[in-house]
Amino acid sequence: MISIYSCGMETFSVNGQPAEFEGDPATPLLWVIRDHIGLKGTKFGCGIGQCGACTVHIDGRAVRSCMTPVSGAAGKSVTTIEGLAPSEEKLHPVQLAWLEMDVPQCGYCQAGQIMAAAELIASNPAPDDDAIDQHMTNICRCGTYTRIRKAIHRASELSAEGS
Amino acid sequence: MNDQAQNTMKAGRVATVHTDRAHDSAIKHVTGRATYIDDILEPAGLLHAYVGVSQVAHGRIRSINLDAVRACEGVVAVITAADVPGVNDTSPMHTLDEPIFADGEVQFCGQVLFAVAAHDRDTARRAARLAEVDIEPLPAILDIEDAMAAEAWVAEPHEMNRGDVDPTLANAPRRLQGELETGGQDHFYLEGQASLAIPGEDGDLTIHASSQHPSEMQHLVAQALGRADNTVTVEVRRMGGAFGGKETQAAQWAVIAALLADRTGRPVKIRLDRDDDMVSTGKRHEFRFRYDVGFDDKGRILALDVELAARCGYSADLSGPISDRAMFHSDNGYYLPNVRIRSYRCKTHTVSNTAFRGFGGPQGMMGIERVIDAIAGELGVDPLAVRMANLYGDAPRNVTPYKMVVEDNVLHQLMPELAEKAAYQRRREQIEAFNRSSPVIKRGIALTPVKFGISFTTSFLNQAGALVHIYKDGSVHLNHGGTEMGQGLFIKVAQVVADALQLPLQDIKITATSTGKVPNTSATAASSGSDMNAMAALDAVKKLLGRLTAFAAEEQGIGAEGVRYEQGEFVAGDERVPFKDMVMRAYLGRISLSATGYYRTPKIWYDRDKAEGRPFLYFAYGAAVSEVEVDTLTGEHRLTRVDILHDCGRSLNPAIDLGQIEGGFVQGAGWLTSEELWWDDKGALRTHAPSTYKIPTASDVPEAFHAEIWEGGRNREPTIHRSKAVGEPPLMLAISVHSALCQAIAAASPQGGTVALDAPATPERVLMCLQGRRQSG
Repeated sequence: MISIYSCGMETFSVNGQPAEFEGDPATPLLWVIRDHIGLKGTKFGCGIGQCGACTVHIDGRAVRSCMTPVSGAAGKSVTTIEGLAPSEEKLHPVQLAWLEMDVPQCGYCQAGQIMAAAELIASNPAPDDDAIDQHMTNICRCGTYTRIRKAIHRASELSAEGS
Repeated sequence: MNDQAQNTMKAGRVATVHTDRAHDSAIKHVTGRATYIDDILEPAGLLHAYVGVSQVAHGRIRSINLDAVRACEGVVAVITAADVPGVNDTSPMHTLDEPIFADGEVQFCGQVLFAVAAHDRDTARRAARLAEVDIEPLPAILDIEDAMAAEAWVAEPHEMNRGDVDPTLANAPRRLQGELETGGQDHFYLEGQASLAIPGEDGDLTIHASSQHPSEMQHLVAQALGRADNTVTVEVRRMGGAFGGKETQAAQWAVIAALLADRTGRPVKIRLDRDDDMVSTGKRHEFRFRYDVGFDDKGRILALDVELAARCGYSADLSGPISDRAMFHSDNGYYLPNVRIRSYRCKTHTVSNTAFRGFGGPQGMMGIERVIDAIAGELGVDPLAVRMANLYGDAPRNVTPYKMVVEDNVLHQLMPELAEKAAYQRRREQIEAFNRSSPVIKRGIALTPVKFGISFTTSFLNQAGALVHIYKDGSVHLNHGGTEMGQGLFIKVAQVVADALQLPLQDIKITATSTGKVPNTSATAASSGSDMNAMAALDAVKKLLGRLTAFAAEEQGIGAEGVRYEQGEFVAGDERVPFKDMVMRAYLGRISLSATGYYRTPKIWYDRDKAEGRPFLYFAYGAAVSEVEVDTLTGEHRLTRVDILHDCGRSLNPAIDLGQIEGGFVQGAGWLTSEELWWDDKGALRTHAPSTYKIPTASDVPEAFHAEIWEGGRNREPTIHRSKAVGEPPLMLAISVHSALCQAIAAASPQGGTVALDAPATPERVLMCLQGRRQSG
């Protein structure tokens, strides 16, 4: 499902697959992921890096892909919600915790929330509520924040059990 | 089905209703595979549409020169009002005051003038900027005050009356007057407005849309094309949030995509950019609430005169019913023996305001809760005591201002229970002690109730349909008129169907809402989605079970009463036939395995001329305690603890319902504290992105957040499994936050009286309120 542009200017990887993009290097990474590579799990929310619906990882760091030029991914490794877990049978601890705590309502922001939470857990395996509040700046208009907080604690437990 | 029959049916098996079940799309939500409009695999030849809008609030269009737009490489079609073959209108109540494209006159900054279709979205957006628009500005009415002075209405004023208001006010032992303004609110559904129109043969169109109201969208598309409704099919699988913002506001974009698809013969998609979405679509109504209240020394209200003025924007949209609902909730949970409620639906040259979770109810409720706080401030007593003293009670203190008898009031039990759980009294004393020793930081606590009427107040809307198929292999296809916007409607209806069929929940296939399957539906709104659609689905299932039972009896040569359906098996004498086997037998026996279901809400009626009736089947109740901390030097504040007890009747799915309670509260808190819409003096919205419009995030929700479904809940009306609607009511629990802020502000100065804090209570507004009190005190 990954399309490769042979005469591209930027080469990088998406979810472990090589990818290239030919076009304006200022093109937001979000649109490269959605429109050129065809991965639709990453969402457009506000276009100004505020709401976080477009959050993906570049080399493990969470970025707002609507404000990240594709050139910022050059030579790097991009992970989207589709690539967070090795398979649907083996979900990431954050995804498992999200299911266990019934976090999503409309679901639209949740890919971004999960990518942000996954980065947090990776850098801080047992975050307290303050750390969660500091890190989780994504907007959820359904207001699922109390569950997001619980789910991050749960993901932290699941990660510890799994490691 | 009565309760006894339901209990008999449930004997000896695990119920699917009243249990925690995951949202139907949970696994897709967390893996990024849930498909929203812009994620649908794009059809070949797709064009992308965008719009050009007015930069003037009110004016006469002299000319729109679109030559440069048309000349743009990649542009395929450009259309204006002149290109609408049918009716140039998207008004939901056929008021014909909401043009698809402005024609002759513009009435708000952001009003659509024309639309472009191009090979890609970027080209369409860039081309739309190239139009040369000449508009002669006209005087614009931008706020409530000017509209009231000009008597500019989008709908006629309306009044509700009971008793002798003026003499009672004149003779009351105590009397207060005041004013409260509540701001609007942008929906900020994370998935913006989006539609995909695909042309078919014979001028038919299929629309995939993010809409709470597919039937209305179908009609408006057909009307714009000058065709019959049966030429248009609208399909909605899910929305990425809606909150009322996709009830009427989704239609215009679908109509534009449809017009362009029809003109070009190609599929057309439109998805608004966030800023344009915020500028060009309606929001929660801003209200100005004025009161004159007479009360006794115990704080009991003797008479209340209320004036509600709503800023409706340029067109009627749903402002009439929204203002009506504000009137219906100007009592909240309190008995008002003598009352006059006057409502003005003000026309302003701003975007047309619309439905937003609560639909006017929250604004009405904010008003009466301010009155209660004012009375408590005047008497120097705990506002909770004033609340309890004024609650609806036994006859004659159980009749609303619109003459409906409150038969199901539970606030007398629920509020003390919550006060106990939240240790309200002890904390109030601790807060008073804290405030005495803390010169800068002041704390406040408040407990406020919610009583919210359930049913569309426009009675005919209270009907719903469903379509259930059983295929030969025994698998079940479920469809109904309700739409899924994250509230968990689809799983709740599926639970009801699985429960009635006594099948595992995963055997029920949930399918996208489609006007081709269930026609003439009402919007999924007024919190009524589960109440109505689950009943309709149950009706269909009962028909199917009835046919299968009759067939089984016929096979056995016995009467239908000799066959039972239990635990997924048809039982006749010694024979037990599993559901699947009986389905195949019935198919071979030429029995129809498809049924429609239908429901209309009983008992409700309303005589609008007399302003009396029973507009609601029942009320949903709840209460919340909020505690806040205010920095009196900066006006900044924090919500530090929340306790909620909410009545869901017998919840169909406690996990889902609790999510609605938690989320509704957060959204309400945003409305009342941080979300500020700000228009400049030219009528342009200047807070059109999340950079300037502050929506709550995780750090705004306190760690101490205790929300519970009230265990005593039960619906006295025979609703679906005695559950209660829960979509909107919890939003109003957040009134406790605003009330607590008023308490904290009161603690900052020795003077008593009313804290005249408007909403949203931004730090700026809190600081101004504090300074005003310092100067006057």
